[in-house]
Amino acid sequence: MTYLAKPKLHHPDLAKNKLGYTHRDYEGTVSTLCAGCGHDSISAAIIQAFFELDVAPHRVAKLSGIGCSSKTPTYFLGNSHGFNSVHGRMPSVLTGANLANRELIYLGVSGDGDSASIGLGQFAHSMRRGVNMVYIVENNGVYGLTKGQFSATADKGSKSKRGAINNDEPIDMVMMALQLGASFVARSFSGDKTQLTPLIKAAVQHQGAAFLDVISPCVAFNNHAGSTKSYDFVREHNESVNRLDFMPQHDEITADYAPGSLREVRQHDGSILRLRKLHEDYDPSDRITAMDFLQRRHADGEIVTGLLYVDPDAGDLHVALNTVETPLNRLGASELIPGAAALEKFNATLR
Amino acid sequence: MKVSAGPIQAVNDFVVKFANVNGSGSASANLLFAKAILRMGIPVAPRNIFPSNIQGLPTWFEVRVNAAGWRGRRGGVDLMVAMNPQTWDQDLKEIEPGGYLLYDSTKPLPESKFRDDISVIGVPLTEICNREYSDTRQRQLFKNIIYVGALSALLEIDPEEIAHLIGDQYKGKEALLKPNVHAMTIGRNYAINNLDCPLGIKVRRANAVGDRIFIEGNSAAALGAVYGGATVAAWYPITPSSSMAEAFARHCRKFRTEPASGRARYAIVQAEDELASIGIVIGAGWNGARAFTCTSGPGISLMQEFIGLAYFAEIPAVLFDVQRGSPSTGMPTRTQQADVLSCAYASHGDTKHVLLFPEDPKEAFEFAALSFDLADRLQTPIFVMLDLDVGMQDWLCEPLTWDDARTHDRGKVMSYEALEAGEEFGRYLDVDGDGIPYRTYPGTHPKRGSYFTRGTTKDRYARYTEDGATYVDNMERLLRKFETAKGLVPEPVRRDAAHATRFGVIYYGSTAPAIDEALAALAAQGIHLDALRVRAFPFQDSIADFIAAHEQVFVVEQNRDAQLKSLLVNELLVDPARLMPVLHYDGTPITARFISGEIAGKLAMFNVTPLRKVAP
Ligand SMILES: Cc1ncc(C[n+]2csc(CCOP(=O)(O)OP(=O)(O)O)c2C)c(N)n1
Ligand code: SF4
Ligand SMILES: [Mg+2]
Repeated sequence: MTYLAKPKLHHPDLAKNKLGYTHRDYEGTVSTLCAGCGHDSISAAIIQAFFELDVAPHRVAKLSGIGCSSKTPTYFLGNSHGFNSVHGRMPSVLTGANLANRELIYLGVSGDGDSASIGLGQFAHSMRRGVNMVYIVENNGVYGLTKGQFSATADKGSKSKRGAINNDEPIDMVMMALQLGASFVARSFSGDKTQLTPLIKAAVQHQGAAFLDVISPCVAFNNHAGSTKSYDFVREHNESVNRLDFMPQHDEITADYAPGSLREVRQHDGSILRLRKLHEDYDPSDRITAMDFLQRRHADGEIVTGLLYVDPDAGDLHVALNTVETPLNRLGASELIPGAAALEKFNATLR
Repeated sequence: MKVSAGPIQAVNDFVVKFANVNGSGSASANLLFAKAILRMGIPVAPRNIFPSNIQGLPTWFEVRVNAAGWRGRRGGVDLMVAMNPQTWDQDLKEIEPGGYLLYDSTKPLPESKFRDDISVIGVPLTEICNREYSDTRQRQLFKNIIYVGALSALLEIDPEEIAHLIGDQYKGKEALLKPNVHAMTIGRNYAINNLDCPLGIKVRRANAVGDRIFIEGNSAAALGAVYGGATVAAWYPITPSSSMAEAFARHCRKFRTEPASGRARYAIVQAEDELASIGIVIGAGWNGARAFTCTSGPGISLMQEFIGLAYFAEIPAVLFDVQRGSPSTGMPTRTQQADVLSCAYASHGDTKHVLLFPEDPKEAFEFAALSFDLADRLQTPIFVMLDLDVGMQDWLCEPLTWDDARTHDRGKVMSYEALEAGEEFGRYLDVDGDGIPYRTYPGTHPKRGSYFTRGTTKDRYARYTEDGATYVDNMERLLRKFETAKGLVPEPVRRDAAHATRFGVIYYGSTAPAIDEALAALAAQGIHLDALRVRAFPFQDSIADFIAAHEQVFVVEQNRDAQLKSLLVNELLVDPARLMPVLHYDGTPITARFISGEIAGKLAMFNVTPLRKVAP
C-alpha cells in the first residue's frame, strides 16, 4: 500500500526554514509513479522550491488535470488543498479558484497530453487572461497513463516504444505561451534540478501567468532510442540560455557574481532574479527576441532551456477585472446583499 | 365571406400582433406600445417572437391586453399590424374573423391580398416618412413610432403616457426625445383626421396593475444571483441566456461596486466555451466563492463531464439553463422545456441533480437567490431551469421582495477554530445522517483540514481507493443527500378545484399562466381539475400523493417526449397509465386555448359529463 501517508516523524535536527517548517512538511504521500519517472524529480524540485521560499504549505492550492503528471500533486505539499480535476481542464478550475481567493498561491500541474492535446484551448486562454499562477507542464511527449500513445508535443518523426512513427507537427508550448501573453516563460529538464528549482521559485514569486515547460522523460514509454524526450536525447541537445539565482525580497543581496555575465531583474514584489548568462546575446526581457531565438535554435535541433522571458511588471486577471483587495470568498452578506430598500427602489423603475 | 357578427368589440381584452422585419428597430417601438397601456393601469403580456438573425428575417411582437390579468398567450389575433410583406399572407390568416388589419397603404395592393371578414385600416406610413424625413435611417425608425401614434388614436391609448415613456427613455438626450414625440404625434394626427377612431377594440384606463412590476426573467434571475451572493460568474454567449450574464454585469456595477475604491466585489469572465465556464464555476465553488454560469441546452451538453465531477466531488455550483428549442441548434430563439431529463441526470454514471422550475420572473429572482444557499448546503450542482418564455420576455409580476433579516446559508464549512479545537474532519464523513459532509476552504489551517479533491473514488477521509465497498458506501451517501434535498427545495403549489374531482393536472415553469387561464375556462364549462405546480426536483412525497389521489393526471409540458412525466414515473414509481401527457412543443409559448382544448378532448374519451353547464 504505497499510497499511505508517510509517518511525519520529525527528526529534531532536520533543517528548518524561516517559518519553522522542515522539508518533510512540504512532502506528500509516497509516489506511485514508475521508478525513474521524470515527474518524480519535478515533484522533488517543487518541494525544495517551496521549502526554500518559506511559503506556508496551506497557502498553496495545487490543481491538476488527468494523467501521470496530474497525479503528482498528491506527492508534494501534503498540507495544501489539492484538486485533481478532469482531463485537460485544470486551467479553468484554477482560474475559478484564483478568482475566489486572490491571496493563495496557485500551482497548476499538467501533462503534455493534458495541456497540448485535449486541453490546448484552456491552456491558451488561461495564458491570455494572465491568471496569476505557476503552470507546469510535465512534458514527456506521450500519454503515460494510457500507455504510451503520442501526445501533441511529440516531435515529428519520433518513434514510439511500439515502433510507430509520429507524422504530426509538434506543438511547442513555450512558443505558444510567449505568443499568448504569458509574462513568465521558462523551459527546463526534470533531470536538471539546479536549473529547475530556482525557476520554480521565481515563477512562484512572479505576479501573473508563469509558464514552465519541463521535459520529463517517461521511463516506461519514451526513454528509448528514437524518442526525442528521453534522458539521453535531452542531455545531448539541451542548450541552456542562462542560469537563474533567485533572491526573495527579504534576502540580503550579495554580489558574488562577476559583472558582465550577470543580469538582475527586479520583480513586482521586490524579489530579484539573477541571470547568469551562458549566451551573452540572450535578452529575457524581450518577447520578440525570445521567440526569434527559440525558433532559430529549434531549427538547429537544440532544446533551449532557462528563463526565456519575463515581464517583471506584469498584471494579472484580478487587475484586469479590478476586483477588490479582499478575497471574494471572504465577502460577507452585508457586502453582497443590496437589501430590501434597494430592491424597492429597483421595483419602482419597473412600473 | 362577410362577418355575421360584425367587427370585434372589446374593451381591455384583445390581442395585437405586430409583424416586422428583424433589425428595423420595431421591438422598442412595440414595447413602448405595450408599456403605455400598462401605464394606463391595464395588464399586458407582450411576447417578442424573434428569429435567429440580426437583420432581415421576419419577427413578430404580440401584445395581449387583458384586464383580468391573464399572462399567458391567448392564441389568435384581433388586430394585426402587418409591416412585413414577406409574411403578409400568413399574418392575414391569423386574424380572427371580425378582426382588424393595419397596414402601410402607400402602395396600393390588389383586392385579392385582403380578407373581406376583417376591417382594413390603411396608413400611408412610407409616404408620411418620406415627406417628413430625408435620412433613410430616420425614415425606418420613425415609421415604427408613427404607427404607435396612429394606434394611440385607434385604440384610445393616452398619448401623454407614450410621451412620458419616451421622456424616460431619452432622459438627457433632447436631440432624440423631441423627434420621437413628434413622430408619435404625426401618426396620431393622421389617424384622427383620416380614420374612424376608435376601433371596436380599445383600452380604457383601469386600476388593474397595482404595484406589479414589468421585468424580464433573465434580469430578475441575475438580480437574484446578486442577492444570493454570487461573486463569480463565467459564461459563453448563447441565446437565450446571454442577457442574463449581461444583466448580472449591469446589476453588479450598480450594487457591487465597493464605494470607497470603486473596485468590483465580483468577477465576471466571458470564457472561451462552456467547458471553461463550468470549470471556472467549479474552481470558484471549491474555493468558497458563490459562482454560477448561465447557458442553454447546447452548453449543458458540453458541460456534462464537469457536472459529474461536481456531483461526485461534491462542489457547489449553480447553472441557469434558459431552455430553447432543441435538439442541436434547433430553434434557438423559441421556447421549450426540453432539457429536463438531460439536466436531471446530467453526466455519465449514476447522477441526479437538483432542478428548480420558476414560473415567472418573480420566482426566477427567488429561486436564483435560493439556488446559492442550496448549492452550498447540499454541496452539489443546482440547475435553475428557466424557459426562454420566462427568461427573455417582459412579464407583469408581483414586486421583488427581500427580507433584511435573511442571510446566506453557507452550509457545512469547518472553520479554523473548529479545526484548531481538534474537531474531527473527514471530507466525506456523514456526521449527522443527512448525507452532507463538512468541507474546508483551501488555506484555512496550517496543519489540519486540507484534503485532496478528485473525481476518482475515495474514502470518507478523501483518500484514494479502488475498494468496491467504499465506493458503494459513498454512492449510497450521495443518495441520502438527495433525500435531504427533498426537504430543502421549494414545495409544489397545489390548488384544488371548486368541486371534488377525479382529475388532476401537473405542470411547471412558463406553462403556469396558460394553465391558470385554461383551468378557469374549463371550470366555466363544468370541467374541474385539481392542479399541482411542480417547482423542483427531487420530487417530494406530496407529488406522489397528488398522483395517487387522482384517477387521471394530465402532465402539461413544452417538449415532445413528456420529459417531466418520464421523470415522475421513474422517480416516484407511479403507474404510467395514470399520467396523460399534454404536449406543446412547436416553439411558441403554450396557450390556454390549446390546454383547455386538449384536456376537454381527452376527457371526452373518458365520457366525462360536465358537472354543471354554465351559460357563456
Ligand atoms: C475525457 C477523457 N478522455 C480520455 C481520458 C484518458 N486519459 C487519461 S490520462 C490521458 C493522457 C495523459 O497524458 P499526459 O497529460 O501527457 O500525462 P502523462 O501521463 O504523460 O504524464 C488520457 C488520454 C480521460 N481521463 N478523460
Ligand atoms: S508511465 Fe511514464 S509518465 Fe507514467 S509514471 Fe510511468 S514513467 Fe512516469
Ligand atoms: Mg505526457
